[in-house]
Amino acid sequence: MQNDILVEIEDAVFGYGARPVLKGINLTAKRGQVVAIMGSSGCGKTTLLRLIGGQVKAGQGTVRVAGESLGELDRAGLYRVRRKMGMLFQFGALFTDMSVFDNVAFQLREHTDLPEDVISDLVLMKLHAVGLRGAAHLMPAELSGGMARRVALARAIALEPSLVMYDEPFAGLDPISLGVTGNLIRRLTDTLGLTSLVVTHDVQESLKIVDYVYFVSEGVIVAEGTAAEIRASGLPYVHQFVHGESDGPVPFHYPAPPYVDDLRLGAQSA
Amino acid sequence: MLKQAIENLGNHTIQGVWRIGFASRFFLSMLLHSGTAFRRFGLTIREMYFTGVLSLIIILVSGLFVGMVLGLQGYETLQRYGSESALGTLVALSLVRELGPVLAGLLFASRAGSAITAEIGLMKATEQLSAMEMMAVDPIARVVAPRFWAGVISMPLLAALFSAMGVLGGYLVGVKLIGVDEGTFWSQMQGAVDFEQDILNGVIKSVVFGIAVTTIALFEGYDAPPTAEGVSGATTRTVVTSSLVVLALDFILTAFMFRGLN
Repeated sequence: MQNDILVEIEDAVFGYGARPVLKGINLTAKRGQVVAIMGSSGCGKTTLLRLIGGQVKAGQGTVRVAGESLGELDRAGLYRVRRKMGMLFQFGALFTDMSVFDNVAFQLREHTDLPEDVISDLVLMKLHAVGLRGAAHLMPAELSGGMARRVALARAIALEPSLVMYDEPFAGLDPISLGVTGNLIRRLTDTLGLTSLVVTHDVQESLKIVDYVYFVSEGVIVAEGTAAEIRASGLPYVHQFVHGESDGPVPFHYPAPPYVDDLRLGAQSA
Repeated sequence: MLKQAIENLGNHTIQGVWRIGFASRFFLSMLLHSGTAFRRFGLTIREMYFTGVLSLIIILVSGLFVGMVLGLQGYETLQRYGSESALGTLVALSLVRELGPVLAGLLFASRAGSAITAEIGLMKATEQLSAMEMMAVDPIARVVAPRFWAGVISMPLLAALFSAMGVLGGYLVGVKLIGVDEGTFWSQMQGAVDFEQDILNGVIKSVVFGIAVTTIALFEGYDAPPTAEGVSGATTRTVVTSSLVVLALDFILTAFMFRGLN
């Protein structure tokens, strides 16, 4: 059903200057799904997220979110679509001059005329959902990395968006925070009826919670499927990635001249 | 060698022109998105606390010392010609026409300007500005414009306070310490300082310096590469560029304002 699809990318091409980053991406995310975008560092995952958020525009192809083609929207139109989106940045990107409470209340105060007592109730409900109602009065500098990300998650869902994007939500977290964050993503997606797009290279944690996975390598989708399909995949790249093998289609060595040449061993043996 | 030098020159010129163009667009965008800064004036007042109130100590203390030195040096020079009664005039005119706006501008650049650049630069480096964009809130309207207007409003007030403290310093040294007649000190000052020619022109200068310093500080922060070196480099550039611009603008404004005056 067409209405089920919240994010749809067709043949999207994007590059920074002359350097191509995305070379024809096709991706769809349905309502209520947790979709993971995986790939090694620097493969274009975050750029893909920026494309869906409208922070960069595709050179070719289309990016549609909630039925609106982002490339055709002006700034006001883009801001209208962004009100349906939430984004969790890699390290939270909390406003450091505001308390946890004010961070979560930020969008409510900016975009609604709700009275302060209603805003207070909503903020406390969102903070309760991520388990940090008791930390409402703290400043971001007083939070641990995992807590900061949970506050950022509460902030991202403050306006009850249809789509939440997560940029490396598991990076640098301890095992407990890792599990908490993964469970939160799944639980919030199910209870709020969201679509979650998770950019990550944490295979084991994300395969526990996702419905569908896209693998990106060198700017193209090289594999896709459900978590079970990905685990069982025979594709060399996916196999190397899922099992964390140090050598394979992604080589251990950065391209270099032959080793014997660099050590000048060939000349001696000749 | 020569080819390389020409290439470098061309590269720097293109970069310079590009930056001026970007800065001009940034300035215009800031003016166009200033509605929020006035509709929600609380945002601007909050920033006035950071740029203005927190700069008060350095401005007041510097003003006092500059006025005291003016009192000493002025008296020493004037008494050679038997005109020590003109000390009040010398102190007041030096301060309201030149030293007040210029020194307050330089101090404002190093105290508030550097803080603004570092803050905006760090907000960019920690993706706070991107987060705001993703929340459909324009960072130029919400973050930049209130800081700009706070700087523009604070700067003339700081310059006025600098001059007032300077006059007080001159009075303490000239009248209380050296013994110039108090009545002469104040009446000479009152008679010689013209509101339109001296005070108003000083205020105009300080407003222009406020616009220049705040714009440079905000632009450098907004344009800073999102790294530790990027932000520190931008902060240094803010202080250096703002100081030079304040001095250059002072010369231009003085040339226009006081030509032909007796």
